[in-house]
Amino acid sequence: MLTDITLGQYFPGNSPIHDMDARVKIVLLFIYIVAVFLFDNHINYGIMTAGAIGVVLLSGLPVGTVLKSIKPLWWIILFSFGIHLFSTPGEPIFKVWNFVMTKEGIIQGFIISLRLVLMIATSSILMFTTSPLKLTDALESLMSPLKKIGFPAHELAMMMTIAMRFIPTLLEETDKIIKAQQSRGSDIDDGNFFQRAKGMIPVLVPLFISAFRRADELAIAMEARCYQGGVDRTRMKQQRLHDVDFWAGGIFSVFLISLIVVQFTL
Amino acid sequence: MSIELKNISYTYMPKTPFEHLALDDISITIPEGKITAIAGHTGSGKSTLIQHFNGLLKPSKGTILVDGVDIGKKNTEAKAARRKVGIVFQYPEYQLFEETIAKDIAFGPRNIGCSEDETQERVKQAMDFVNLDYDKYAHRSPFQLSGGQKRRAAIAGILALQPKYLVLDEPTAGLDPKGRESLMEKFRRLHKEKGTTIVLISHNMDNIASYADNVIILNKGKVTMEATPEEAFSKKEIISQAGLELPEVKTIMNELAQNGLEIQNNAYTMDKAVEEIIEALRRKGKC
Repeated sequence: MLTDITLGQYFPGNSPIHDMDARVKIVLLFIYIVAVFLFDNHINYGIMTAGAIGVVLLSGLPVGTVLKSIKPLWWIILFSFGIHLFSTPGEPIFKVWNFVMTKEGIIQGFIISLRLVLMIATSSILMFTTSPLKLTDALESLMSPLKKIGFPAHELAMMMTIAMRFIPTLLEETDKIIKAQQSRGSDIDDGNFFQRAKGMIPVLVPLFISAFRRADELAIAMEARCYQGGVDRTRMKQQRLHDVDFWAGGIFSVFLISLIVVQFTL
Repeated sequence: MSIELKNISYTYMPKTPFEHLALDDISITIPEGKITAIAGHTGSGKSTLIQHFNGLLKPSKGTILVDGVDIGKKNTEAKAARRKVGIVFQYPEYQLFEETIAKDIAFGPRNIGCSEDETQERVKQAMDFVNLDYDKYAHRSPFQLSGGQKRRAAIAGILALQPKYLVLDEPTAGLDPKGRESLMEKFRRLHKEKGTTIVLISHNMDNIASYADNVIILNKGKVTMEATPEEAFSKKEIISQAGLELPEVKTIMNELAQNGLEIQNNAYTMDKAVEEIIEALRRKGKC
């Protein structure tokens, strides 16, 4: 069924990773990703992979779910692996016409794939352990310094919240419309490309109409509650740092320092 | 012949943290030529259940037979059997999409391979049946209609498929009392004139009381009762356990009986209730 898709899906839980403040998670993730692409010592790759595995285990997420999040980008990983395989100069192992596969190419390709996998896996841990609402709240407060130069941080966060809030609703709606049209004998899964494209019209038209209707109703509902953008709004749930965030910051600093030490001494 | 469900179970999102058993070992029979009501509280699995009737959902366990044919198979016979069942979903007006009403109603018949003449004939019949004047409305956009008219146009889209079994999921939700009444009367006429078997999903027990021959009560994915309305409404416990209420008439009759009026207390529709009360008063010698 269509609603079975896990698209940036939040898995509720009680792990330390779930309890962390979303802002801390985003900042640490950002530094981690920069580190993944900055450090190129082989021991460091081991440390960074171990770190990622540690966080997965700590979060209590099913390992399969985290691995599954890599699947959509599988082709990009494979493609960049292939490119590095043939484009890195070095000791040749294998030759097809003008393309030379080198030993260095294999290593380089493997490293770039590992970097991509680490980046995707850790980002999806953030998505899996943070509710969309907390995520956008965190983004808003991280972007709020930019308000001074006229950047609409609140409005942007609000738009993202609304968009994310309506993903499941629209998926459900799509599922319902597909079923209704299937009950009227339409075969959406059958036929060639053009037939299938034509088969989408009976689904897309009602879906658009209902999306516009929902947008309209939501706008009126917000208007009726006197909603007004960013200025002087307070929150129901204040974002506060707790012990777990300081622990996370501490552990991450040790992790980062050891990376730097390894990088420059070994 | 009938729609027969044998030990149906259905799990939403299996093998994830969101796993949810929506239907739990359901075995029921929808007899041909009757009006069967399926009642249950929100989340009892009504809507999930009916999506099995024409194969939109495949059961995690169990088989479904429509007129003796297993609809889970992948052959033309199974496909034909699935097409005997027409489902009108909740708020069917949200499925309208064509430029004109006639085209929208013709969508179904065309999909199942009716000839152009046959399709036009069916469109006319279906529009006639739901009281939409063909000459006046056929070439208008469905989006110009009022809510009730849209509902009727959408229902005509299913009727044009001429299903042997018509499944209605809360067909009167969101309509005013007058519209509700006239729509239900149309379904009753369809049942009488064409012998269409009707499955009515509802939590409005008054509706069920006045139209159904059989009642199936669902509670948390399980069938807790399969009985005639008379029998069903005499078991107040099971009804209220399922989060439902007795029909208003039945509630009044129960109160009368409790307060000492000697009635038989079998009635659950207005007409029969009036008869019973008159009879009881007569016996008392007051009428």
